[in-house]
This record gives sequence, structure tokens and C-alpha cells, in this order.
Amino acid sequence: MVQSIVFAVVALLALGFAYFQFSKVAANIRLGKDEAVTGPAGERWKNMLLVAFGQKKMFKRPIPAILHFMLYAAFVFTQIELIEIFIDGIFGVHRWFLGPLGGMYNFIISTIELLSVLAFVATAIFLIRRNALYIPRFHKPEMKGWPKLDANLILVFELILLACIFTMNGTDVVLQDMDPDHYRPTNFAVSGVFGPMVFGGMEASTLYTLERVGWWGHLLMVFVFLNYLPKSKHLHILLAFPNTYFARLKPRGEMINMPEVMNEVKSMMGLGDPNAPEPDMSAELPEFGADDVNEMSWIDVLGAYSCTECGRCTAVCPANITGKKLSPRKIVMNVRDRAEEVGGKIRSGNMEFAPDKEAPLSGSNFDDGRNLWDYITREEIHACTTCNACVEACPILINPLEMINKMRRHEILTEAAGPADWRPLFNSIENQQRAWSVGTSRTAWTQES
Amino acid sequence: MQVKTMAEFAAEDKQPEILFWVGCAGSFDDRAQKITRAFAEILTAAGIEFAILGDEEACTGDPARRAGNEFLFQMVALQNIETLNMYGVKKMVTACPHCFNTIKNEYPALGGHYDIVHHTQLLQELINDGRIKMTEGGDFKGKRITYHDSCYLGRANGIYEAPRDVLRSLDGQLVEMKRSRQNGLCCGAGGAQMWKEDEPGDKRVNMERTDEALTLNPDIIAVNCPFCMTMMNDGVTGRQAQDKVMVYDLSELVVRSMARS
Repeated sequence: MVQSIVFAVVALLALGFAYFQFSKVAANIRLGKDEAVTGPAGERWKNMLLVAFGQKKMFKRPIPAILHFMLYAAFVFTQIELIEIFIDGIFGVHRWFLGPLGGMYNFIISTIELLSVLAFVATAIFLIRRNALYIPRFHKPEMKGWPKLDANLILVFELILLACIFTMNGTDVVLQDMDPDHYRPTNFAVSGVFGPMVFGGMEASTLYTLERVGWWGHLLMVFVFLNYLPKSKHLHILLAFPNTYFARLKPRGEMINMPEVMNEVKSMMGLGDPNAPEPDMSAELPEFGADDVNEMSWIDVLGAYSCTECGRCTAVCPANITGKKLSPRKIVMNVRDRAEEVGGKIRSGNMEFAPDKEAPLSGSNFDDGRNLWDYITREEIHACTTCNACVEACPILINPLEMINKMRRHEILTEAAGPADWRPLFNSIENQQRAWSVGTSRTAWTQES
Repeated sequence: MQVKTMAEFAAEDKQPEILFWVGCAGSFDDRAQKITRAFAEILTAAGIEFAILGDEEACTGDPARRAGNEFLFQMVALQNIETLNMYGVKKMVTACPHCFNTIKNEYPALGGHYDIVHHTQLLQELINDGRIKMTEGGDFKGKRITYHDSCYLGRANGIYEAPRDVLRSLDGQLVEMKRSRQNGLCCGAGGAQMWKEDEPGDKRVNMERTDEALTLNPDIIAVNCPFCMTMMNDGVTGRQAQDKVMVYDLSELVVRSMARS
């Protein structure tokens, strides 16, 4: 009874705090501009099933893909055990599923155990890969400090969680001989063998305590994980699903059209709709492109929060490979970090950040004198060849190129800045409708042999 | 070389079979002009009645748009669409993957709907249909050829096999770089980089790509894009390999290998 109450209180606190944190993430994602979700939903479901659920794109690199799949499969299957822990916790029962499921129960728990062994091995290899082997994408400048610690913490949490599962199951097996009424007989694939080897010969009271430590430890680690997710790159385990669903279906080579610019140019060229209302000349000039999160699309910000910093994008970026400062992963991380900063400042209620002091602080009534250029240098944005290698590489369909393109648009259209080298290009296209300022006819090639 | 413009066809109240979109590089760059001539020669040999726009053609706007200059893009793109729609153009072919991508994927949103193919796709079709025939034991028989995927034909539009099919018809030995198809490495020219100095770094992108190609000891580096052509040529010259390795566009390889009647 006491345990049930303690369980209910802990669970409510953990779930409540997690809800509070996740709603902050959701609010930060909504800082992004509206963008309509277009294209067939069937295509989107297919993307989600193949890319997020099936991890199709991970398998471009088979070794990490297999290790990652072990962790993923164990995580998904362990949820069954977690449901049982919740039922046992609330009703003060022990291994409740054993009754209704009978022999199936052994099969399910054995599957979880076997997957957990694989997950344990995979996690250990991941820790070694990250810390002892030199894999360049884990050691780029943006991976210093918190991102590195974050990656290691997740792996350590996982090891603790797995250790708890095996302690819980292993001690249970030994206790079955001592107190068969409470610890009903089971036949688990892994702890059936290793339980007696590790825990055999211990006092009943020690075993009982260890069993509870395993049970509570597992549960508490789940709660820690849940509340750690919103602060961590590990959020991808949830957001990969919506991110693959909402990823744009447009052809990869297409840059999103800007109808507001198109319509203005059309009316300049006398091609506009003659019935269109006169443009309001007194209206404030709109900002084009993006130099801050509220000018990125919510789909971009969702992508930024879905990023698990694996660095596959950066590893294939031609600019990064040749030593330029651009790293697509850093751009994505910067968009997320800026969204965190803006969201935090808005929720602080500090009216110092409100241009309009009468209105409440909000995404549209906010100015802290900072923007994405405080995170990202011009040099990075200018180094991009728009080759789409980063887009191709992302295992969960994040599009770093879209963010780069929007920042380029802001620089040129809103700030009238950008590389001086491009001015002759622009002049020549504007005045001669050609990419180079040359005097010859376009048919000159027909004249020579 | 006699090539008719759309205006000339219109004056005769006729429509060509296809419009050949030459593009700025194909029109003005010395090296790329050779590609243009080679492709025009193939079209003529295959008996295809084609036209060009000549001086009515404007830049598609690709470099302006990718640099961020949407106003400029819209200006030239809308102008092109006006011209193309005025002539009632439906079928187009181009030897530039940047022009191809922009017209295929970006003009529809602006009101320009055309059936455009890249010249490597048309070459494949002409060879498969027997409209052009390759000579037995042509210039490239047994030569080691490596193919560089351009980003805008490859990753942006998913066209990997048509150019490779064309290369196989040359009877050469097609050798693949480690980074090919979806994983192809950019030549360094895209995103309007062609018109600016590199940002500070350790190496130029075209040198990285050229070095990769040269590890295969190829006789020929085959490209499908006038910008890749410039970049790979510069790379080969930079490594002083120009006497051993030639950079060719696919149409140049085909024009030298086809049987002439």
C-alpha cells in the first residue's frame, strides 16, 4: 500500500514535470513561421514508416546502423515491461502479466532480455567509439562541451537502466525458490541462467532489497530519461517520427518559391493580376529570408529539435571536408539553441525584450538585440555549394540546406549584403540577363568550328 | 553550323520537335561551347528538328536564386517563361543540370510547365532507339572512364543511370569513384560558388574531387555539367595531369564515337 502511494506520487511528479518541459519544446517549435503541410498524406506515412520506424537511411552505414538498431529494438520492446511495472506499481502486485499471458510471458520477457544483452553490447561499443576511437564527425568544434557530455550521459544512463533490468529479473529467479507464492516461477532466457550464477547464495533479505533496487532503479531511470529528453539531443527518439512525417515532399532540387516576391516582380513587369488590390506603399517592408527562428519555418525548427548531432551531414559536406568553417550540423544545432534562447526569454516575461511595452511578450513582440548571426558567421553560410549531400545524409530527413538558403536570402534581400564577388554576377544577370558580362551573342558558338 | 532559332521557326509558322536550351555556360564559356556544338551535331545527326532561343534566352536565374537573390531570379525566370509560353514551347533539352533543375522543378510554381530532359537522358534514348549508332571500336574502346555525378542531375533529380548507360555504349571501362551516385562529391561550383572566391579552408573542393578521380588512374573523367567541366579541368591542370587525363562531357564522347552516314 505504501509502495503504491509512493509509486503514484513519484510517477505523477515525473510525468507532470515532463509534460511541462515538453510543452516548452512544443512552444519553441511553434516560434517558427507557419508553413502549410502539402502533398499526399500517404507519402508522409510511408516516409515515417520507412525512415523513422524502419530506419532505412541509417543503413547507408551498416555497422553503426546495426548497433543502433539493437538499441532501438530493445527500447521499443522494453516498453512492454514498463507497462507491467506501471500496473504492478499502482496495484501493488508482482509481475501481473504472468497471469493472463502464461507461457507467452516467458517468451516476451526472454525476447526483451536477449535484446537487452545486445543493447548492452551496442552501448558499450558506442561509448568506446565515441571516446577511444577517433571518428572525425564526433570531434568537430561544435561537439565540444555539452554535446559531448550529453552523448556520453545518454549512453551511461542506458547502461544503468539495463543493469537494473537484469538485477530485477536475476534476483527474481533466485527468489522463486525461497518464496514461490510471491515470486512465481518463470523461465527467462538470460536471467534464468545468469541470475543463479550472480545472485545465488545470497541472503533472502539482500535479494529482496536488490530486486526492489532493480525495479525502482529501472523505473526511476525511465523517469530521469523522460525528463532529460527535452534538454538533450536524445529527443530524436520521439521527434524523428513527426519530423519524417512533416518533411517536405517537394523535389529536392526545388528552392521554395517566394510568392510575395514573385507577385511584386510580376506587377513590376506588367504581368500581375490587373484586379489585384494596389500594394499598400505605407506598409512596413517585410523581411525576406531568415535571420532568426521566428523567420524560419516551424518545420525547420522541428528539424532542429529532432537532430541527434550524429554529424553524417557534416561528414559529407564538401565545404567541411575541405576545411571550411561550414558544418551543416552546427547550423541545425544553432537554430535549436537560438529557439531555446528565444523561448526561454519570452517565458521569463522580462518586458525588457518587448518592443511594444503595452502588449505581452510573444514571438512577434520580441527583440533581444540578438539573432542567428550571433551563432552563425557569414563565412559558414557563404561556403555552401547547395549540393544537397547533407540532405541526402540525414537519417531522419532534416534539411540543413533549407536553413542555409533562408539565411542567404535574408542577407541579400533584407540586408542588401553578401559576398562582394557576387555583385558582378547580379549586375550581369540584371542588365544582360546572362551570368557573365560578355558582349557576344548567344549564338556565337554556331559560328566557330 | 546552321542552327535555327525559335523566332525563325515561328516566322515559318512551324514548331521544332524540341527546344535546345543552351544556357549561359554553353553560350559563353569557351570550353562549354564545344559541348554545345557536340550536342547540336548529335541532334542533327539523329535527324531531330531542334531550335534554340538565341538572344531571347536569359539566364534561368539559378545562381541568383541560390545566392539568395530572389528578386533577380524572379525577373529572369518570369521573362523566360513569357518567352517560352509565347512560342508555345513544350519539349526542351539542355546540357546544363542547373538550367535543367530550375526549369523542371522551379518554373512550374511561376507558371512555366515544360517537358524538359537533360541531354544525357536524350542521348540514352537516342542510342537505345538506334537513332544514333556507335562505331565498333571507337576512340574510347578500352579506355578507363570515371563518371562524376553532378549534384543537380544526381542528388537533386535522381538521374544516375542514364549517363552511365551512355558511357557503357562507348565500349570503355567504366570505373566508379568511392563517392558516387547519391554519395557523389560536389565539384565545388554549385550554389553560386562559381562566381566567388572560396571561403578560407585547407583545400579547394575541385582538388578534393580531382584527387579522388585520379586515384583510379582514369584516361577520361566524364562530366554532365559545364560547371563541373570547369572545376574538374582546373583540378586536372592543377595536378599537372592534363597530358594523361582528359575531361569530357558525355556529348563530346558520343559525338566522337557515333557512326556517321
